[in-house]
Amino acid sequence: MPVATRLARGVAGVLPVAAVGGFMALFFVWPIGGVIARGLSGTGPAAVLGDVLGSAAQRSVIWFTVWQAAVSTVLTVAVALPAAGAMARLNFRGQRLLRALATVPFVLPTVVVAAAFEGLFDRFGLAGGGAVSLRHTVWAILMAHVFFNYAVVLRTVGAHWSALDARVEDQARVLGASRLEVFRRVVLPRLTPSIAAASAIVFLFSFTSFGVVLVLGGPTRATIETEIYRYAVVRLDLATAAALAVVQLVAVIALVVVSNALERRRAVAEPVSSPAAAPRRRGPGLVANLALMAVILGLPVAVLVERSLSAGRSGGYTLRNYTAMAERINLLPDTALAALGNSLMFAVPAAALALAVGGAATLAIVRAGRGGSRPIGRAFDIGLTLPLGTSAVTVGLGFLLVLNRGPIDIRTSVLVVPIAHAVVGIPFVVRTLVPMLRTVNPRIREAAAVLGASPRRVRREVDLRVAARGTAVGAGFAFAVSLGEFGATSFIPRRPETLTAPLALFRLLGTPGETLRGQAMALAVALMALTAVAVFVMDLWGDARRGVF
Amino acid sequence: MDQPSAQVPAHSGASRHRARGLARAVAAAAAVLAVVAAACSGDRSEDSGDLSGTTVTLLTHDSFYLSPETFEAFTLQTGIEVDHLASGDAGALVAQACLTAGEPLGDVLFGIDNTFLQRGLDCDMFEPYQSPNLAAVPDHFEFDGEHRVTPVDFGDVCLNYWVDAFDGSPPPPSSLDDLIDPAYAGMLVVQSPETSSPGLAFLLATIARYGDGWEDYWAGLRDNGVAVTAGWEDAYYGEFTAGGGDRPIVVSYASSPPAEVIYADPPVDEPPTGVVTASCYRQIEFAGVLAGAGNPGGAQALIDFMLTETFQNDVPLNMFVFPVLESATLPPEFVAHAQIADDPFMLDPAEVEAQRNAWTDRWVEIVLR
Repeated sequence: MPVATRLARGVAGVLPVAAVGGFMALFFVWPIGGVIARGLSGTGPAAVLGDVLGSAAQRSVIWFTVWQAAVSTVLTVAVALPAAGAMARLNFRGQRLLRALATVPFVLPTVVVAAAFEGLFDRFGLAGGGAVSLRHTVWAILMAHVFFNYAVVLRTVGAHWSALDARVEDQARVLGASRLEVFRRVVLPRLTPSIAAASAIVFLFSFTSFGVVLVLGGPTRATIETEIYRYAVVRLDLATAAALAVVQLVAVIALVVVSNALERRRAVAEPVSSPAAAPRRRGPGLVANLALMAVILGLPVAVLVERSLSAGRSGGYTLRNYTAMAERINLLPDTALAALGNSLMFAVPAAALALAVGGAATLAIVRAGRGGSRPIGRAFDIGLTLPLGTSAVTVGLGFLLVLNRGPIDIRTSVLVVPIAHAVVGIPFVVRTLVPMLRTVNPRIREAAAVLGASPRRVRREVDLRVAARGTAVGAGFAFAVSLGEFGATSFIPRRPETLTAPLALFRLLGTPGETLRGQAMALAVALMALTAVAVFVMDLWGDARRGVF
Repeated sequence: MDQPSAQVPAHSGASRHRARGLARAVAAAAAVLAVVAAACSGDRSEDSGDLSGTTVTLLTHDSFYLSPETFEAFTLQTGIEVDHLASGDAGALVAQACLTAGEPLGDVLFGIDNTFLQRGLDCDMFEPYQSPNLAAVPDHFEFDGEHRVTPVDFGDVCLNYWVDAFDGSPPPPSSLDDLIDPAYAGMLVVQSPETSSPGLAFLLATIARYGDGWEDYWAGLRDNGVAVTAGWEDAYYGEFTAGGGDRPIVVSYASSPPAEVIYADPPVDEPPTGVVTASCYRQIEFAGVLAGAGNPGGAQALIDFMLTETFQNDVPLNMFVFPVLESATLPPEFVAHAQIADDPFMLDPAEVEAQRNAWTDRWVEIVLR
């Protein structure tokens, strides 16, 4: 091979790795490091950390944060796993639509979800006054976390499941295994990587949950995340906030290391299934699954839809709240409809960026096991998941602290918002794609190479097709995360004309008045509809591109 | 990525960037004209001539918004463009400005109130500036003798009550004392001062009213079944009658009743809520020139502008607060339905900053444990 070509190949290989590393160093590691260093600089890290870990109140906050996240994760997996199987192994009308609809909770601001849950508690007599009250209990927190994260398990595990060969399961059945045995001994072991990946995402989301804890849990409950906010913003005690951020980071790294190891060790390369092998129309438990989904996801959403249609205190139903979205009111710099447009304009580049960075990182991670650099692969594997477990306040303050040191001050650039959203979206792309690509039997790649395909062609024809559905899933989440993001967005200085839909929602709900409340509910429903449509389209693409071997 | 100009035709950053070149040319021409005019008439327009064509960056919290025409009027008068950046709540805004003190993100900060004021002053984030327009503002709004901050608007955090819930006995509450009367048991919802700005203001009101007796007062509130939420939304829409809850007394704002009229559905003549004026804590919002500002002259001009009627008249309907300028005109809904407390509670900002953590820690022990 001529030197020039080899050099070009080398550069082409190093370039994406350098780009991913540079992106994360600039927009994640440096800002977080800056805040922590600044916070701990005064009194010395050991003293502050000692104070935090030595305080019984802080220890109980840390413990509560960990256990509520763990229980939320177990509950979410238990509830959503059967549905993931139904989605992967059965073929029924409206399947794709349901898969898209399951993502809509993701974009809902907590205040709105809390309103929906409390509406439900009211309706079923659980709001207090009755024998059982869920208001301001840990149960309300856990229920909301299952509601928010259901789609993570459904879609991440479902995509992986559908890429596994169903014939193995059929063979086991023919050989006399019961359904339960098949699941336990044939399906579950092979699914471990994506269950570990999805669990990590759900855990981190619940671990850093902010609004759910404050609004649904009530004022007596605190997590590390809400404490970081309280110390950094309300008390301006940066030292304690930084110490808590360190605790948060250590816990998150530990979790990610464990879950990644599980993901990696259990990854089994196998022939990729042909979708044609799994075309059963109905299956046991389908109705039960759908009914459960309707209760968990459908009821709160239905409450919101009903409220968006209600005609204020006069009673009855109307579309007025929706038409009002096109009219400008004093409280907002622009119409609610324009805010929705802004959110879309942020979400598209944020998802594209997440896909580009996450995709390049995934290749580096998967390749690390077969000839690529193992330390870099591991670093990406762990490092790119951390943003999910890092508080928005830490990242937001970090951006302000360090991003003015370069040649240009980008702290006030309009690019900061999509970049911040992409940082949160990347873990979804990585955690969805890595388990799927690890299932690709290296022999398929070798065969393609022997048959004369260039490495690039192998990547395109084999990896990309296997990962097509996963790509759609990852991109869908990155998009939805951006559409619904509030914490970091609100913390970044923005021009008012770039108002996003979640910010507009908070503004509308922050002033009394029935028309404002009605419009907020209509905007929430519009945000959900936009998400469902976008995710549906991405799924269509993913399914069309999906490889058949 | 480009700005979403399709959705925001009139006011978008994209169109403003495009227009900036043109604006600069016009401004340059205007500057030439101004110099000529000054040479002819000998008046003092040199200052604004220098600043014309510059941009002043205004940092605010998320709740700050004015009609586009208001800033356009400023640009028309001074030739200075306003670049407005908003982020977070008042606490987040002050935290950010404190962290970046000396290397500010902008020239003017608006939205630091008297509960956070001392913290901002301690951070050395402001440069003193005494606006000539301050003469038209009542003295009791001024808190800093060095004029590092300038008062711009005020709002009162007060108990609101649902009028229809009090058509018989007991009558609507008329004082803080009423709330520990068993007749009002289970009626009140407040926000936690640890996480909510009105929640903190209400705690400060009780400390201003009862002094050291505030702890006993809150123990009384607890015995009387006070409910606590994390934020205003959850209190007003979750527990208060307005959102379908069953508690008819809530901590909200003096401007909440006008909002209930302006945004009523269906339209109403009278607000469904009333204000207990003897329970109000006054929050004054200030603006200041940031130390290290790139455009200090433009910043001073903007502070001057904030104390003109153009700016002050636009404040109530956009932010639901009251103008500090005595000559400002209140919109009819405010005249009819807003009550301004004659003698609101207030505490010294320095005392608030020094005691706040101790007070809220103690409050948590009394009310939540």
